[in-house]
Amino acid sequence: MSAPLIEMRGITKSFGAVKANETVDLSVAPGEILGLLGENGAGKTTLMNVLFGAYAPDAGEILVEGRPVAIHSSADALAAGIGMVHQHFHLAPRLTVLENLLIGIPGKSGRIDRSGGLARLKEIGRRHGLSLAPDLPVSALSVGEQQRLEIIKALFRGAKLLILDEPTAVLAPSEVDGLFAALRSMVGQGLGIIFISHKLNEVRALTHRCVVLRHGKVAGRVDHPASTTSAEMAKLMCGHEIAPPAKGASTPGASVLTLDGISTVGHGGTPLREVSLVVRAGEILGIAGVSGNGQRALADVISGMLPPKTGTMTIAGKAVAQFSPRELQALGLGRIPEDRMTTGLVTNLPLADSMVLPRIGTEAFSRKGLLDPAAIRAFAEEQIKAYDIRCPGPMARAGALSGGNLQKALLARELAFDPKVLIVSQPTRGLDIGAARFIHEKFLAMRAKGCGIIVIGEDLEELLMLSDRIAVMYEGCIAGTLSGADATVARLGLMMTGAEGHA
Amino acid sequence: MSAVFEQIFQVGFLAAIIRIATPLAFATLGEMFSERAGVLNLGIEGIMLLSAMAGFTAASLSGSLWLGVLVAVLVGALMGALHALFTVALGLSQHVCGIGVTLFSSGLAYFLYRLIFGQQSVPPSIDGFKPVPIPILSDIPILGPAVFNQFTLVYLAIVAIPLAAFVLYRTPWGLSVRMVGENPRAADSAGVSVIATRFQAVILGGALMGLAGAFLTMAQFNAFTFGVVSGRGWVAIALVVFGRWDPWRSAGAALLFAFVDALQLRMQASGLGHIPYEAFLMLPFIFTIIAMAFMSRNAVAPSALLKPFRREER
Repeated sequence: MSAPLIEMRGITKSFGAVKANETVDLSVAPGEILGLLGENGAGKTTLMNVLFGAYAPDAGEILVEGRPVAIHSSADALAAGIGMVHQHFHLAPRLTVLENLLIGIPGKSGRIDRSGGLARLKEIGRRHGLSLAPDLPVSALSVGEQQRLEIIKALFRGAKLLILDEPTAVLAPSEVDGLFAALRSMVGQGLGIIFISHKLNEVRALTHRCVVLRHGKVAGRVDHPASTTSAEMAKLMCGHEIAPPAKGASTPGASVLTLDGISTVGHGGTPLREVSLVVRAGEILGIAGVSGNGQRALADVISGMLPPKTGTMTIAGKAVAQFSPRELQALGLGRIPEDRMTTGLVTNLPLADSMVLPRIGTEAFSRKGLLDPAAIRAFAEEQIKAYDIRCPGPMARAGALSGGNLQKALLARELAFDPKVLIVSQPTRGLDIGAARFIHEKFLAMRAKGCGIIVIGEDLEELLMLSDRIAVMYEGCIAGTLSGADATVARLGLMMTGAEGHA
Repeated sequence: MSAVFEQIFQVGFLAAIIRIATPLAFATLGEMFSERAGVLNLGIEGIMLLSAMAGFTAASLSGSLWLGVLVAVLVGALMGALHALFTVALGLSQHVCGIGVTLFSSGLAYFLYRLIFGQQSVPPSIDGFKPVPIPILSDIPILGPAVFNQFTLVYLAIVAIPLAAFVLYRTPWGLSVRMVGENPRAADSAGVSVIATRFQAVILGGALMGLAGAFLTMAQFNAFTFGVVSGRGWVAIALVVFGRWDPWRSAGAALLFAFVDALQLRMQASGLGHIPYEAFLMLPFIFTIIAMAFMSRNAVAPSALLKPFRREER
């Protein structure tokens, strides 16, 4: 085997008292895809930021093609042939594709080298099948296209090693296949790739070798990911076996939420057309569908943010007269939105404030029109303990928490008031196995207590595991509903494309 | 009434627009560079005043107008560097630091002026720049005497507009400026130093504000008074928004404002004397507010404006 493209030896990096990485060794050969696995907070991103020059390691060395190199900045990393596609894209939305590519590239006789850039873009398109219109503003690109631009950007700078930090988290299933094809073609031409993920099926399908991190240390190495089971890898990641949650038999009671002929207009996404649904007490209804088929409008109507044009909705037998989040909440609705950071919590306020936000004016948290800080704090502290939310304390900035802990906080906030109906969107997106399992168990516990739950999601495995029934949305309609026993990934997939209707 | 109009719309009127627009154009371009890099510079009003004072003093003491201009530009750049030190290097609030820079610069200007010139009954003046007609071009009817029989600094402003557009849109440095103003993290990960680029843009902006100040005391008024800037800096900030952070549009906005200002000056001097002159003085500002209300609705500021950049922040 030839010299590794990149070798990291004994990397250690601490933030204060926290050791984010401890004596980590890792190498990537040309033509190899290395999977970097680990739960959130295991130190994957820190390790890659060390490799990309964003953090200076406290100890350890980095070798590029056998030679030790000092990487103090992203410029050094780029010069050494290391490119990185961050989880949150580093693009300027109002500049064009070409301008985003040419940033930091020296010009020709004092001017931006436009023709040279175009030629290079074309060449990358030919070699790797990655192309984009050069003069389109980035804001006009889809998320998948923006990711492609990030990959092109790294190749544009002559990257020999590409780091991809959770690249599939933002993609639809169909886009994932395209990404994998491009990555395979790139390693076929001698590049090396580090693929960071906690989605085990993807890692098994794509990578040649895996390094698993836990608590900042290498917990294990997997030489044949394709022939290793997900359970074995999950055990390496978590340090213990993960059993699927026990789902008891459900005894659905009376209907707690009904939608009858709901249609909506406008509001950006796909509107709803004549949607009728029933959720009963003690039942989990899954909503499947390719993203953009009206799921957002459905969530917004049910949570009271989008009044429907026609149709009626009842919660626990009472017809909804006025569509506003506060009204619906008073009727017994709990909601966990799709985007925790923008519509879930106020990231710049203390966690405790966000945790009482929907009920801020109620007797529980205010007295005579004034906030009751002691009650707010006590509530937050109680929930932090009950849900094992890892944070410095109730007064910590909400934005400083990890995704899993934020989601736990949101869940705690809604469940503390025993909702009769709970609507959740993408409940475990971006969460690691441990956190996701915790969320699932809470849903099942609520189901046992007689709460009706609607789970809108793109992860079919998750929906199949949780749901008693699954409805499929297609172009703003309910294309069909299957009972949990009848539903399979294949059948749902077919219905999601509108191929099979089912009343 | 037609006599009034005749009196207003003549060659002199056009020339006045150009003259009034010149310091505004410099100041607006300066503020634009700073804001494109993500740094609001509310120090502009004070930077213009201090530069105007410093340039005037240097010219008055040395007898060289161009030395005065140089000093004004250097002082402007220096104050830009001060603002950048606070807002870029230390990441402090751009609003607060900008107002601080304005208060500091204004106070320093008054103080130094008194220190150097004392309290004189007649404020000292200098022999300022003289119009330099450009051969042939200045013979074009109407346009010639209005545009091509002006101060050298006016020509400099006319050249500065396309030059600014070229630098911003066609050079790698200009792309870096736009990138650090839109998404500094993207620039950083592409190996561009956000701190250095912002420093450079704010310093360049300060230098242009210095030029604006120099024009006021060495070409327009040929003397320094405490009210010599009188809000032109604040107007420039509005004009940048009005011009949607684009050099051409910003310069156009400066011209438009200058037009209204020249118009009100003529109206003051014309037969409309029964209206108090303060009413005319208000016109350009009323115009600015109305224009802003209509035009700035779909104007989108650079995304990273007002946001300091720190690398290790997660």
